[in-house]
Amino acid sequence: MTDALSWAGLAVGLALASAAISLLSARLPRVLRLVATPMFGMAGLAALTAGLLALLNGNVTTAELPLGLPWLPWRVRFDALSGFFFCVVGIVSFAVGVYAPGYVRGLERGDNSLPALGGFSGLFLTGMLLVLLADDAFMFMVAWELMSLSSYFLVPWRHDHAANRRAAFLYLLMAHIGALAILLGFGVLASFGHGFAFDAMRGADLPFAWASIAFVLAFFGFGMKAGLVPLHAWLPEAHPVAPSHISALMSGVMLKVAVYGFIRVLFDLIGDFHWQWGVAVLAVGSVSALMGVLYALMQHDLKRLLAYHSVENIGIIFIGLGLAILFLASGHKVIGAVAFVAALYHTINHAVFKSLLFLGAGAVLHSANERDLEKMGGLLRRMPWTGLFFLVGCISISALPPFNGFVSEWLTFQAALQAWQLDSGVLRSIVPIAAAMLALTGALAAACFVKVYGVAFLGQARSRQVRHTRRAPISMRVGQGILALLCLLLGILPTAVIGLLNSVPEQLLEQGLQQATANSWLWLTPVSARTASYGAPLVAVTLLIVLVLGLWVFGRGIRRVRRCNTWDCGFAPPSAAMQYTASAFSQPIRRVFGLLFHIRESVEVQDDGRPSHSLQVDDRAWRIFYVPLERLVESAARQVVRLQSGSIRTYLGWTLGTLLILLWVTA
Amino acid sequence: MILEQLPLLQQLTLVLAAIVLFVSFVLLEQARLVAAIHVFAWQGALTATVTAIVAANSDLKHLFFSAALTLIMKALLIPWMLHRLVYRLELDRHRESLRHPALAVMAALALVIFSYWAVAPLVKQELLFTRNIVAVSLAVVLIGLWMMVIRAQAVAQVLGFMSMENGLFLAAVTATGGMPLVVELGVAFDVLVAMILFGVFFFQIRESIDTLDVDRMNRLTEKADES
Amino acid sequence: MKMDAWLLALLQALLYLALAPLLAGWVGKCKARLQNRRGAPLWQPYRDLYKLFAKEARMAHTASQLFRAAPYIVFAATWLATAGIPLLSTDLPTAAMADIIVIAGLLALARFFLALAGMDTGTAFGGMGASREMFVSALAEPAMLVAVFTLTMTAHSTNLAAVVDFHLASTNLLRPSYLFALGGLLLVAIAETGRIPVDNPSTHLELTMIHEAMILEYSGRHLALMEWAAQLKLMLYGVLLVNVFFPWGLARDTGIGALSLALATVAAKLLMLGAALAVVETVLAKMRLFRAPAFLNLGLLLALLGLFSHVILEVGA
Repeated sequence: MTDALSWAGLAVGLALASAAISLLSARLPRVLRLVATPMFGMAGLAALTAGLLALLNGNVTTAELPLGLPWLPWRVRFDALSGFFFCVVGIVSFAVGVYAPGYVRGLERGDNSLPALGGFSGLFLTGMLLVLLADDAFMFMVAWELMSLSSYFLVPWRHDHAANRRAAFLYLLMAHIGALAILLGFGVLASFGHGFAFDAMRGADLPFAWASIAFVLAFFGFGMKAGLVPLHAWLPEAHPVAPSHISALMSGVMLKVAVYGFIRVLFDLIGDFHWQWGVAVLAVGSVSALMGVLYALMQHDLKRLLAYHSVENIGIIFIGLGLAILFLASGHKVIGAVAFVAALYHTINHAVFKSLLFLGAGAVLHSANERDLEKMGGLLRRMPWTGLFFLVGCISISALPPFNGFVSEWLTFQAALQAWQLDSGVLRSIVPIAAAMLALTGALAAACFVKVYGVAFLGQARSRQVRHTRRAPISMRVGQGILALLCLLLGILPTAVIGLLNSVPEQLLEQGLQQATANSWLWLTPVSARTASYGAPLVAVTLLIVLVLGLWVFGRGIRRVRRCNTWDCGFAPPSAAMQYTASAFSQPIRRVFGLLFHIRESVEVQDDGRPSHSLQVDDRAWRIFYVPLERLVESAARQVVRLQSGSIRTYLGWTLGTLLILLWVTA
Repeated sequence: MILEQLPLLQQLTLVLAAIVLFVSFVLLEQARLVAAIHVFAWQGALTATVTAIVAANSDLKHLFFSAALTLIMKALLIPWMLHRLVYRLELDRHRESLRHPALAVMAALALVIFSYWAVAPLVKQELLFTRNIVAVSLAVVLIGLWMMVIRAQAVAQVLGFMSMENGLFLAAVTATGGMPLVVELGVAFDVLVAMILFGVFFFQIRESIDTLDVDRMNRLTEKADES
Repeated sequence: MKMDAWLLALLQALLYLALAPLLAGWVGKCKARLQNRRGAPLWQPYRDLYKLFAKEARMAHTASQLFRAAPYIVFAATWLATAGIPLLSTDLPTAAMADIIVIAGLLALARFFLALAGMDTGTAFGGMGASREMFVSALAEPAMLVAVFTLTMTAHSTNLAAVVDFHLASTNLLRPSYLFALGGLLLVAIAETGRIPVDNPSTHLELTMIHEAMILEYSGRHLALMEWAAQLKLMLYGVLLVNVFFPWGLARDTGIGALSLALATVAAKLLMLGAALAVVETVLAKMRLFRAPAFLNLGLLLALLGLFSHVILEVGA
């Protein structure tokens, strides 16, 4: 069965089966753990196989399903772009499928509904896979709704807390506003293409104004789902409260499906590029990246911090896409392809390392029952494997060699550094500024993850509960280990990955990246060997050699390291409370970038002479965008309430009036 | 215009123009008044040097005289007068810090990009060299005006005004080979007279309202009449 | 011939390793002379390293295995970053590894583990050092990137050997963008290598430390590796500044005569740079931590002006 589409169908079928089995297993809690989650994992594996086949074959398969409306059957299309995103979904789902049995075991004794968890997870995966396969607007919107609604039911899974329900409501509201914008965008495209099928929209010829309107609607809708600033408010509320493996799926995969939607609509359906769009995407991407990482630095709830980092990384992906649009608009196809591939590479990188980090946070939550960084510490000695895999995730997300985060950032910088080829001097000044913001973002992300790893896993435990943490179960460790190994492989073998990816730009942009892998598998040369080259395997191997050499030459007394007390400056012996807290670590950055936040900090001396410090950091976007918008909607709603007078005769009067107007218009 | 093909003196002009731009940024942010006056003196000296180089490179010998005039006025006389003024007003220890210096500098950088965009339509090959220096000079003028907007101290505002004049002079020298000598002398003496009047007025203002902060000089409004 | 070139590359890497303590010793000697002292001999850092390697290494009760592994990782990453930079010749096979962004990435990897090692001991000083170091480096990163951008936009490559080749090939030029980029990179180099006015490398007061605070708990061979890595970093930035902006004397092939001339010129340039650094450290005082953003913003401003001068004044069209 070498047909990619059949494997895709198998994946969808397995996901649906996993949902069905969970829903039917109300009396048998172990069924969820033993049958449904492995089936979820196998669905992921099938999706990965389907994606790899599509990328390797490089051709486009279409089919028509007998579902949908009579005159508008569902059209399915499996090309290289869908294949790539199938790989992304598949890898993360497989890892989650391996991780979930251990995690769910801890939830079995609670009183929340396990069948709901398994059922909606399966439906969630189905929805995402169907979005990636859709070839007409109707199927796309139905699958998109399936995806949003099933994740809506998953977010407040612990629905006894009011905060969780509020977070879920905000998520639902913003998901539907985004969906409305996407629908309107499809509407614009369909009216010019005379049909809802994507093939019709591809052939449509839109004037610049209407194309820009479609672009803005698509950018707004998909950007809201992906979490771009200032449409990101739902992300830091919804992702932390969901169960950890669901957070991994949402952050790692669902945001990427939004990126897929944007690429599909702009690069495939609309098809032509203008530099104004490129500048807009670049600007929004840079601002999202910087604001995301700055907000993340201010958090001390581990999962909320990771959610803000998702905002940052989506910003980086959109920086790559913005650069691609800019270069393609001015006719530089090769560099546009380089920027596009950089964005795609960062997509898969982020999926892998963000899921790894969320699964690690889930392991910590499962074992130590703690989410607050200020109460953690010294976890590396209690959970060595989780600590090691989490370290790999931290190094990858900080974009450090030889792991995968570095490769995609290097590629993005290389694309930006080709700005000298642009004609406009103003653009040649703006692109380096965006690149400088990207550099600042990367450095701040490294600072944030030094804080996270240092406060959570190193040092001494700051609370009794954390001091007595048990190790994580085996399945959770294996799930994380798979993703950590992938981080390493994606970082060491970039030429292989780009070779696999090559069919995506070839199909969408008619320009592949042959020169990237032209200089043997060792060197990645995106533009040319003279311009830039990165020998990832060489860097990794040389680091390893030097490490081993150093250990051998200098570490001969390898057992002779005695323990002693730390330097206490002559005062009292250092206690766990004297360590740097998470808020203390980020204080210099908070002070310098304080303008961008709404900070309320106070130090007071209480009556018994003990000082107390309180710090509250709020998102400025709330006060600038959301609160005025909410007030506007409320006042408009109050005006409309006047129509509801309660009297039947008024309502009949309205009906008569509408009927008269309709008859007059159609007559 | 290819950099490698320009003669050495023209390359030197480019370097000096870029340094004048940098100096105007330093002037924008400088908190201490005495240091700001010294920075302004350097800006005047650099402008005089550019004039001398253009004079050496071309046939316009009267530009040497312009260069000397600028050096004496902008780099020596006016800074000396401002120096004396500041010491007599006892402002030499006064530090005026901008509330958000990073934002002020970012806005100034945006002004540089804007100046480049504004002159970009000039695309004739022979004019490229002058066009680029005119872009830099326009940026110096706009930054001088921006300095007058964000600084509240009266002496700092005078420096901003003078910096604008430096920028205009730089543009005139490189674009059109200087202004006619009569105009030149007239402008120079006007500036000198303005400086003397500034000195007199600052004393008067300080006597009456005991401060030289221009934000306090806002009583000429409708609301003030009612109070 | 190929074997020759590889041997030469290995020799260059070892030369960096051997000469880094000498540069640090020279800077110390100049500073001492400026302070009217005789100062320690030039090869004192070698003696210090030898003494530390012979001593026993100790670990805090609260530290984990990462504390033991970090010195090796920091040393390996810093040495790998330094080894590719053209010291004597641009024609070596390792030249392809000297991509500026890869070098910045490797230095960031070293800094990451250094900061984690600081936090591993569970003391207040380590956390403080780590927090300050990440803060200063976060602000220095955009300035460095924009300065690199200016170089790249002129030479059309991020590979250091290609950039140096381009400079050697072009005729004598006065570029305003390079002047500003050099200024910006000088400020960044001072911040990244932890010299006055950002950090005092010879302070004993814990509350004024940035780099020293992170390695406060290290001893024996671990401390030796950390110190050597810091000296390598100083050498890295020194060679970067002198060989990229003043590349005259560098060999473009691997002949013996050209290499000897290159060695002599590089030594002379590094000696002058070391003396200049000593003068700067003697004349200026260490700034308080929250003045560092102003210092680094000046670096960013210089780098941005370099970029704008390139776009506006040099390219023109």
